[in-house]
Amino acid sequence: MRMSKLVRTGADLLYPFALIFGLYIILHGHLTPGGGFQGGAVVATGAAIVIVAWAYEDVAGMIRKVTMKAQESAGLLLFIGAAALALGLGYAFFYNVLANSGSLFGLSVPFGPNPGELNTAGVIPIMNIAVGIEVWGGLTVILLYLLSGLNKKEEGS
Amino acid sequence: MNGFLIEHAPALLIMLPLIGAFATPFIGRVSPRIRSAWVILIMTLTTLTALLLASDVFLNGTQIYVFGAANPDLAVPLDSGGIPIRIIFTVDAMSALMQVIGAICGFAVLLYSISADRIHSGLESFYTLFLLMIAGIMGMVSTGDLFNFFVFLEILSIASAGLIAYRIDGGLAVEAALKYFVLSTIGAMVILVAIGIYYGEYNALNIAMIASRMQFTLLDQIALVLIIAALAMKCGSVPMHFWTPDAYSMAPSSITAMLVVASQASLYGLFRVVFTLYNVTLNAMTVGWIIIILGVLSMVVGVTMAIPQKNVKRLMAYHAISQTGYMLLGVGVGLAVLGNQPLMDSFGYIAMEGGIFHIINHAMYKGLLFLTAGAIFFRIGTYNLNRMGGLGHSMKYTMIFFIIGALAIAGIPPFNGFASKLMIYESVFAFNPVLAVIAMVVSILTLASFVKVFHSIFMGPKLPEYETVQEAPAPMLIGMAVLAAIVILFGLFPQAVVDGLIAPAAHALSDQSGYIAAVLGGA
Repeated sequence: MRMSKLVRTGADLLYPFALIFGLYIILHGHLTPGGGFQGGAVVATGAAIVIVAWAYEDVAGMIRKVTMKAQESAGLLLFIGAAALALGLGYAFFYNVLANSGSLFGLSVPFGPNPGELNTAGVIPIMNIAVGIEVWGGLTVILLYLLSGLNKKEEGS
Repeated sequence: MNGFLIEHAPALLIMLPLIGAFATPFIGRVSPRIRSAWVILIMTLTTLTALLLASDVFLNGTQIYVFGAANPDLAVPLDSGGIPIRIIFTVDAMSALMQVIGAICGFAVLLYSISADRIHSGLESFYTLFLLMIAGIMGMVSTGDLFNFFVFLEILSIASAGLIAYRIDGGLAVEAALKYFVLSTIGAMVILVAIGIYYGEYNALNIAMIASRMQFTLLDQIALVLIIAALAMKCGSVPMHFWTPDAYSMAPSSITAMLVVASQASLYGLFRVVFTLYNVTLNAMTVGWIIIILGVLSMVVGVTMAIPQKNVKRLMAYHAISQTGYMLLGVGVGLAVLGNQPLMDSFGYIAMEGGIFHIINHAMYKGLLFLTAGAIFFRIGTYNLNRMGGLGHSMKYTMIFFIIGALAIAGIPPFNGFASKLMIYESVFAFNPVLAVIAMVVSILTLASFVKVFHSIFMGPKLPEYETVQEAPAPMLIGMAVLAAIVILFGLFPQAVVDGLIAPAAHALSDQSGYIAAVLGGA
């Protein structure tokens, strides 16, 4: 059983905002409170809202377990890959090779108050993104399993 | 190339299993055969790395690895005020020994598991968790950072809980896993509180740093009690052993063999805290006796609980508790005389060596025994001793491996269990004769129990319901043969093993200043 049309439409409207807010937290992990895990959890909350408002069967076609599991593993591989990058360049495991290098995320932070330079901190944002992808996938899979019995039939029928 | 490998080996030991684990779900989608090859490849590389690192550590002494530094040797950055701020792996002889145990057992168990668990579904997750378990064990025994120790302990616990519940078995395995997981989490939280105490007191998480600042205040005593209690629970010592029989008997046999290694890693953590973090600052006699009493209780209660068991894996699980007692006894005696150099030289070191030797021996022969139990289950589908019999006719090689394991655990001469037990008997007798007598009686009871098990599984006429039973498949036999070969080799040449591997490990463990100097440099 689905919830009322009002709730369903509200959930549909909320979903993109939850997604964008979660991605914002992931991307700004090195500047503001939060990071990969928190942002990934926010994105997964968006999925939770939609599953609760609709029924599991309606959502299962759009948010698929296989994709989410793949996303989980891909995030973890990206994380380890970012850490192993340093080994290939002759530094210790987890060394921040991109910091202050001028390339991707490689600017140095200017002195004094600033509105937040996104393009800094080297591999740390990359690891935040990796953890974000992983938690997004992992928590959504957990939610899909937990809520798969939800709204299936009416109470007591 | 070789220099690069050795320099980065401590990181590779974590990195290889993690990459292997995270890539397994993708590779598993291609084909099961390629997935098996991939997992074996990763495990082989990990084992080779562990052996390479161990050979270097035994030759050239402690190696450190600083994560995130430009240079892996740079423990204390110039601008940090003399504090090692980064996560540091400190691999001394004791850590290297534990890594070798984890790698060899992991390799043998994996070979066995590829064929034994083939029929089950969800194998991508199985091998992902298996490799995470390896990463957790490697991390726990290498790390020189207390918080990092906690992290790897959690990785190990979560992976193990998932694997214990793997064969659901009408919910029984899930119940065992839940029990294990709840207790592990409580233990880990207790350890976290203790780590918080150290951090509040000494502003450091690095083991060497805390050790160099150790005052042994009341707070440190509380932290010591918390850590000993939690890690003694994790290694299945007696008053906190209740999760062991359930978890060991319900997990798939390959995983049970790895759980034995996981328990040894917790035991390593216990010894590391007592010897490296506190060393002579603590009241060695009191803490030593506490560990001895834990050991004696484990020995006696474990073996007496084992005798009436009907389920062969539950029986072996109780024997595992009993054998853990020997390690606690040996190392506990070493701790009790720590700081008293004449006594240390006359029997303290030998007791510690016996205890540590027993760790490696136990991992090999107990792993072997659990694998034979798994092979029997694989063919006849029951663990119930009353329903077995006459299998000696059809499963000859399994029977030989079982005999080797059973004689080793009972401490019969040509096998490795005898070598380590003899060292424990002799040194403990010099410390306190009563303890040595208890240890011998427990060994005799162990032998009695295994004679009974051997008789009920393999002896007697062929039973009609097992008429068509065949020998276990070759990969399973190879996995068992690797462990059996080590059991025999260590039993035939104990002196070489003790001189080459065990004595350096025991000295590294008791040498606190050497550990501190390796990290902080010449302190």
